[in-house]
Amino acid sequence: MNEGGDPVTLQSPAVPEATTHPAPAIRVTTPAAAAGLPAEGRPVFELKSFSAYYGTFRAIKDMDLAIQPNRITALIGPSGSGKSTVLRWLNRMNDLVPGANMSGEVLYHGVNLFDKRVDPVEVRRRIGMVFQKPNPFPKSIYDNVAFGPRVAGYKGKMDELVEASLRRAAIWDEVKDKLKQPGTALSGGQQQRLCIARAIAVQPDVILMDEPCSALDPVATLKIEELMFELKQNYTIVIVTHNMQQAARASDETMFMTMGEDRAGYVVEIGPTSEIFTNPKQQLTEDYVSGRFG
Amino acid sequence: MAYAGKLRTNATTAAVERALTGQTRPVGEWIFQGLLFVALVIALGFLVWLLSDVLVRSMPVWQERGVQNFISTNLSSDPAKAGIAQGLFGSIFLMLIVISLTIPVGVSAAIYLEEYAADNRLTRLLNTAVRNLAAVPAVVYGLLGLSVFVAAMQDINNGRNLLAGGLTLSLVVLPIVIITAAEALRSVPRAIREAGFGVGATKWEVVRSHVLPYAAPGIFTGIILTIARAFGETAPLLLVGAAAAGFGQAASATVVDKVLGPYTSLPTTIYSWARLPQAEFRALTAAAIVVLLAVVLFINAVAIILRNRYERRW
Repeated sequence: MNEGGDPVTLQSPAVPEATTHPAPAIRVTTPAAAAGLPAEGRPVFELKSFSAYYGTFRAIKDMDLAIQPNRITALIGPSGSGKSTVLRWLNRMNDLVPGANMSGEVLYHGVNLFDKRVDPVEVRRRIGMVFQKPNPFPKSIYDNVAFGPRVAGYKGKMDELVEASLRRAAIWDEVKDKLKQPGTALSGGQQQRLCIARAIAVQPDVILMDEPCSALDPVATLKIEELMFELKQNYTIVIVTHNMQQAARASDETMFMTMGEDRAGYVVEIGPTSEIFTNPKQQLTEDYVSGRFG
Repeated sequence: MAYAGKLRTNATTAAVERALTGQTRPVGEWIFQGLLFVALVIALGFLVWLLSDVLVRSMPVWQERGVQNFISTNLSSDPAKAGIAQGLFGSIFLMLIVISLTIPVGVSAAIYLEEYAADNRLTRLLNTAVRNLAAVPAVVYGLLGLSVFVAAMQDINNGRNLLAGGLTLSLVVLPIVIITAAEALRSVPRAIREAGFGVGATKWEVVRSHVLPYAAPGIFTGIILTIARAFGETAPLLLVGAAAAGFGQAASATVVDKVLGPYTSLPTTIYSWARLPQAEFRALTAAAIVVLLAVVLFINAVAIILRNRYERRW
């Protein structure tokens, strides 16, 4: 709540008019400004007349969207409006869902993610994901974090990477004495931060969060939100949330989706969070954020 | 509705007490419960009868010969000397063949069906086919083994050897192994797979590092139960030439000789003894049955202990 009005200042970083950088400068683990990327230049994601289907059912229709780097973009909207579906296409997680299909374009730093030459495994390494229900592997805390770097062929000192990831996820102090214990033995909030550490460990560029706090209590939720603020220095974050207070206080940009008569989700409005919540342009948005529907 | 209304309007302590305590359990409920119990008694009663009958009949063998002597002597036409050493050896060796063939083939097939095969018509057809194969009577596999394995190994004791028997038994249990392994793999939640894919693991890395290890207790429990079932299979072995009677093998025979030569198994030994006219063989048959049951129950117990200890709840 305290930071509800703040994101407006946060979303206009003092970036020099940077030179144009080759578009797929993908391994950005430092702030975009420091990497010499134009912050307001190329968006991280651009969706162009994007539609998604499950079998013959059209879940999303004709969506156009741009997601800017080093921001927290919140996707809000009623259940069934396709928020999670959008998210799961951004890192091609929906490739794995039988019957899921899409049309249109999803550009990631200008590269079409659905180009035949694109390797979905590499996509998912660069675009990490945190899920609705904390899903640590039933292995040690250490192995939970180390698995991603291991399969990516990480050659450096694993202990250091694990520690750095757990520190960044603000859980190191709670687990440093029990790294060998199973991650599943932690509390829900700790598990979710462990999952964030696991996502960070592969040094992604983007972190997608699918209702990461829906299974957590308010204290744990606040911790995750504080963590998101820390993380956006280095990562682009897209978060799906059902909790409008969360979207209001923890995001820079908000996209409101709803669904039409045919139950296909579409974007009603996207803009700076403060505007969406205080001065929305669409009546539907206003009705939703003020709790009159949905 | 009327009933609830009545309760509400008479909600004095006395009225509520009358309503709560006045009812007696209906007689029908007691009768129903009794019938269910009788059904259980019928099922278990016969089993107990059978077991105790076998145990009693086998007593002379244990008293006169001892367990050690009975399981370590070879077949003989003299009831005083006949034992089940060859049957036990044959059965154990058959199980080794079955385990070493069905674990890699069955688990691999299950991984393919569950993790790799696209969800389409062909896959559904394959799944149905596997289920139907599991329901095919074992004797049919015996005929298949006879026409395939025995025919292919004509040069080795006319194809009537342990290898042919082991291959045939493997065919019998393979569909069951595939089904149980597939079920164990399916019980690993999608969230775990997505967690693996989410950090950039390939399908094989997710299967090898996560799905397979987490499903392993279920897979092994299934395989052990399947082995217990295969241990008692008789019909297919009779067809592919597990010698029924008059089976002899020199004490000096090496393992290779035993595997490639004539063989018998515990259930086939029981089958052949049960058909002999001499009364003494009744006790021997019962004793062999006791050994067979003991082995099967032991294997099942191992499976249950494994499952209780390692089964994961998601």
